[in-house]
Amino acid sequence: MLLTLLKPSSPQADALSQISLLVLLIAILIFAVVAALVTWATFKYRERPGRTAPQSTGNNKIEVLWTIPPVIILVVVFFFTVKTMHAVDPPSGDTNADIIITGHQWWWEVKYPASGVITANEIHIPVGKRMLVRLESADVIHDFWVPQLARKIDAIPGRSNYLYLEADSPGSYRGVCAEYCGTQHAGMRILVIAQAPAEFTKWETAQVAPPSPASDPLAALGAKIFEDKTCYFCHTVAGTGSTETIGPDLTYVATRQTLGAGVLKNSSKNLAAWLKNPQLFKPGSHMPDFQLSEHEVQALVSYLESLP
Amino acid sequence: MNEAVLVPEVNESLPSIRSNEGMLAWVASVDHKQIGILYLLTALLFFLVGGLEALLIRIQLFFPNSAFLSPEMFNQIFTMHGTTMIFLVLMPMLFGLATYVVPLMIGARDMAFPRLNAFSFWIFCFGAFMLNFSFVSGGSIGNGAPDAGWFAYAPLTEVPFNIDPGMDYWALGILGLGVSTLTSSLNLIVTILKYRVPGMTMTRLPLFVWMVLITAFLAVFALPSLNASAILLLFDRKLHTMFFLPQLGGDPVLWQHYFWFFGHPEVYILILPAFGVISEVIPTFSRKPIYGYEFVAGSAVAIAFLAFGVWIHHMFTVGLGQGIYFVFAATSMLIAIPTGIKIFNWIATMWQGNIRFTTSMMFATAFIIEFTVGGLSGVAFATIPIDWQLTDSYFVVAHLHYVLFGGTVFALFAAIFYWFPKITGKKLNERLGKWQFWLTVIGFNLTFLIQHFLGIIGMPRRVYTYPDEPLWTPLNQVSSIGAFLLGIMVLMFLVNLIYSLKRGEIAGDNPWDGSSLEWATSSPPPPENFTKVPPIKSRRPLWDINHG
Repeated sequence: MLLTLLKPSSPQADALSQISLLVLLIAILIFAVVAALVTWATFKYRERPGRTAPQSTGNNKIEVLWTIPPVIILVVVFFFTVKTMHAVDPPSGDTNADIIITGHQWWWEVKYPASGVITANEIHIPVGKRMLVRLESADVIHDFWVPQLARKIDAIPGRSNYLYLEADSPGSYRGVCAEYCGTQHAGMRILVIAQAPAEFTKWETAQVAPPSPASDPLAALGAKIFEDKTCYFCHTVAGTGSTETIGPDLTYVATRQTLGAGVLKNSSKNLAAWLKNPQLFKPGSHMPDFQLSEHEVQALVSYLESLP
Repeated sequence: MNEAVLVPEVNESLPSIRSNEGMLAWVASVDHKQIGILYLLTALLFFLVGGLEALLIRIQLFFPNSAFLSPEMFNQIFTMHGTTMIFLVLMPMLFGLATYVVPLMIGARDMAFPRLNAFSFWIFCFGAFMLNFSFVSGGSIGNGAPDAGWFAYAPLTEVPFNIDPGMDYWALGILGLGVSTLTSSLNLIVTILKYRVPGMTMTRLPLFVWMVLITAFLAVFALPSLNASAILLLFDRKLHTMFFLPQLGGDPVLWQHYFWFFGHPEVYILILPAFGVISEVIPTFSRKPIYGYEFVAGSAVAIAFLAFGVWIHHMFTVGLGQGIYFVFAATSMLIAIPTGIKIFNWIATMWQGNIRFTTSMMFATAFIIEFTVGGLSGVAFATIPIDWQLTDSYFVVAHLHYVLFGGTVFALFAAIFYWFPKITGKKLNERLGKWQFWLTVIGFNLTFLIQHFLGIIGMPRRVYTYPDEPLWTPLNQVSSIGAFLLGIMVLMFLVNLIYSLKRGEIAGDNPWDGSSLEWATSSPPPPENFTKVPPIKSRRPLWDINHG
């Protein structure tokens, strides 16, 4: 669960981590040499009575000699840079994406073109399968960063970027938006959930099953409020005719682990609190405080939780 | 000094504090020394403002999920902190120092264009005023200061995403500051090329002057890109053009190219004069000439050329294609070589010296170590796979502060302790200075060394708050404590300035046994700088006289 690049959990992150360690070691070595020389000079050549400093102005041979080790080191580092880049990035021309992720202010839209699954902020992947992700943006520049699994790459409006997303073992991997994207840049988190292939297929099937019609009266009232309060101006619920993507698709919101792109754990209580005033948990977010009554909130929670 | 070269006769006296006391004398002055002091004082004022903004950031990040500042407020504060520190502190400090010292070092009476010099300073003030006026300009969110970060990535800066006037003030302010830097650089170039005293050949030029000359050329080629992009942004916002909006064929990545074509040379504009300071301070206090003069100057020229071929290393996560990235990874790594040459030459200068550890020399010595850390993390960022993980994380915050604080600010303190006696005639208090030095070293490393690790464990930069992830809270708290130590350090420095101005030890003409020309005249120098300039027969005219 650590959000760290010290524990890579995919072949790509592993390659990145190896070259990082190599450069870190070289850097520590060079730093140690410089620090030792400076410290030595500081103690050895401190002013003492009777000493006069020789007035040497340089030596061309030495100047050339101490340029050689840095050149060799850089050639080695450059070689590994090129090698790692080839290993990590998908070849250009490979555009048949398994997942399309779109950055929005301040949440992530996640689509699976093959199965038609649409979700938000939580990316399910089958363990051991290399998924090609297409990254886009609906508004400003965002950056997709899940340090344990993949490189960081920008989501830029008007452009598409591609990266591989893969996990070696099942689990949850956290990530963040890494490019400053406005007021709630801090509240734009990512959760990648790697599952055994069978479980992933199960999840995928459940996510495209048509939502059940609201049967209990409270949920039915919720469905009506969803329309009356213009929720569908921004949010989509499958089967209602709404198609907007200003806010996340809410069809299966009840199956997600977090609310508000990671700012709250998902529970009936938290969903109700969020609906009452989202600005309390995510100030500046594009979802306004609708001044809903307690009863309206309960009806909406009941509706949203009845869908899957 | 029997073989004196006479300075040309002056026919008309330039206004100066000596001939005309009072505030007006300063406002109307075209004397390079007064303008230099005005630059330094203005920069000091903004150093306090930018420092206060830094402390607000560190207070907010002391606790996870903190509500001390609203996200809107925090975003304005970090934007203004970056913009202020770069454009209103480091730039005017370095250019102010150059304006004061360069004519003295080359035996000139003043800058080549004294009135242009005054214009540069006052247009700088206009830009600084524009930027900070935004705080009270009023906006729909918070109080209307720019809030898109110091590099102001489009399209976040465009009207659809940023309707408040803050960005307009930012663009106008940047334009003023850009013009100021351009004119000031042209002035320095002409001064250095045309106004050297006879005998001061280019190969005898003090290294600080060399570095200022190279910096000025860098600025002349880099700043137009910033000025143009500020104008294009204003066009987008006010005339509804779409240079950086993708809807009708504009491209937000174009902004990044324009900005970093300025932005990366800007880093060298901020560090080369610092290299110059170090190349004066270390030889003086080691009582030796600089080791490998040609290599120190030549490597800076190499850096200047490379500076225009590395800007895309700020865009390694944009997705421009591997081919172009290989080229820019190679050029970015190449920078390490001329930089390494400098570091080795400074150490070689100290080698076998007879080193006096004054406060100035202590800052210069610490500079070598702190800057090396920033240089090495720079090589890490040139290694693209590392950049793919660590850019836009707290690691990059640590990196840039090791370059600009561990590098430029340390060098600036070395410079102020070195030249304060020349400027005021009094020495800064060494006892207070040494306390300040140790507080700077401890506070700086507490604040920023830790941020490398914060980046490695996944903390992104520019977040107004963070969840309570393992280790994030304690590391942020250590960093904040370090920042407050730096705050105390700054207060100590202010006390030293005021105390030493009143009661400081009288410096005399050449308190450090310096070897360049500025030490040949009185402290502070007379309005015409020199009555007689000693003969220049080597790189160290004063050493020749005092030790020859």
